[in-house]
Amino acid sequence: MHTAAGVEACLPIRSDMDLVWVRQHVRQAAARLGFGLVDQTKLVTAASELARNTLVHGGGGQMAAQHVSSRGSQGLRLAFSDEGPGIADLELALSDGYTSGGGLGMGLSGARRLVHDFEIDSAPGSGTTVRVTCWVVRPPRPREGV
Amino acid sequence: MPEHEADGQLATPTHEVRDFLHRRREQIAQRWADEPLFRAVFTVSRDEAVEAGKVVVDALTQVADSEQVEDPDSAGFSAVREQLGRMGAARSRAGLSNTQVSSELAALRPPVENLLAADLQQAPPEHLRACSTVLTVLMGTLRLVAMQTALSEWQALSDRQRMQLLEVATPVIRLWDGIVAVPLIGTLDSARSQVVMETLLNAVVEEHARFAILDITGVPTVDSLVAQHLMKTVAAARLMGAECIVSGIRPAIAQTIVHLGLDLDVITRASLADALGYALHQLGADIVKPGAGQR
Ligand SMILES: Nc1ncnc2c1ncn2[C@@H]1O[C@H](COP(=O)(O)OP(=O)(O)OP(=O)(O)O)[C@@H](O)[C@H]1O
Ligand SMILES: [Mg+2]
Repeated sequence: MHTAAGVEACLPIRSDMDLVWVRQHVRQAAARLGFGLVDQTKLVTAASELARNTLVHGGGGQMAAQHVSSRGSQGLRLAFSDEGPGIADLELALSDGYTSGGGLGMGLSGARRLVHDFEIDSAPGSGTTVRVTCWVVRPPRPREGV
Repeated sequence: MPEHEADGQLATPTHEVRDFLHRRREQIAQRWADEPLFRAVFTVSRDEAVEAGKVVVDALTQVADSEQVEDPDSAGFSAVREQLGRMGAARSRAGLSNTQVSSELAALRPPVENLLAADLQQAPPEHLRACSTVLTVLMGTLRLVAMQTALSEWQALSDRQRMQLLEVATPVIRLWDGIVAVPLIGTLDSARSQVVMETLLNAVVEEHARFAILDITGVPTVDSLVAQHLMKTVAAARLMGAECIVSGIRPAIAQTIVHLGLDLDVITRASLADALGYALHQLGADIVKPGAGQR
């Protein structure tokens, strides 16, 4: 049985330095919950993408990490939220290669492929919240995507 | 000798301490100058130590005057905050632990207390007791101010060092005639990747390199931004006539890159050795394993 101690946290995302702490926290939390190295790396990379979007596009915000369990499976849920401009066209933002800036446009769509559950809540003018969950072993009835 | 109002009209303990500090400014500073803290910091001349001591006594006098002896944020301390911080930092540079610095600060109290007791010999014992309590509190606050300042300086120093670590000059290793390698370590943020790119391009020019190996064994996360930085570096090196090889992509990172959907448009090799072997082969300098030719 893995303990949730040191998993739950709410970290600010206001600078490049904060992104370093976010990645470090997610890696440690994932390791503590029993994620293997490949899954840890996927989760950290997804977190890095989403946190950078929070910082760059959302103008800063925070990440909340939470230990979840379902039918005996342990999971890590991360919520990235900001009060920025929001996303007008979610489908467009989620398509590979779309960027409104000078990025590769692979962050949001790539992060979705790296996690088990992916939910995005956004509207123009009311900020953006992206919630992702990864399971150590997938629960019997996994939900796909949104 | 101090004059006491014989009619029982005693000053409040805080004001008594204030007047005492003012009156005994010179003697206190003289005694402090012989304490390890001042002696070790002001090594050039004793006068300097005495002068520094007087500044501290003046600050304490001002704090007592404002009756805020318990408040480290009291305005009186602001004049000596920097000096105390410097003294603390000098002691820790000399190898003292925080605890040792703190006890050197604590050692400043007894000489002052002895002077106070001598001055108030004639005063009622309760009054002396009350005054020395005020003095104890005041000196405790001084110690707190000094430690706070020293701690925040240590913090600033360690923040600075951390930032410098990020900017540590990226070493470029010349592996062979025409082959250079850069081992990347740590977070490849925009600032660092700029440094990496410049260093690498300079090396390509200086070494007339045909191949540049970027080894990312030490990079913990490859996300879309890191990939973008890598690709920019690769493209720039190409313009300078050098082919880049990215080595050290660990299995977990390889899988992640694929899921992320990134297309690293560059030659990759599992290890630095493989990358070197590839480059040598391209340069026509094949490595023959010992014994291989005899078969
Ligand atoms: N938190 C957010 N707030 C507002 N807009 C966002 C947010 N996250 C993403 N977007 C929008 O979605 C687009 C796609 O995001 P995505 O992360 O895929 O690409 P990118 O950030 O532009 O580039 P990169 O590949 O470097 O991440 C962004 O360009 C931006 O317009
Ligand atoms: Mg992005």
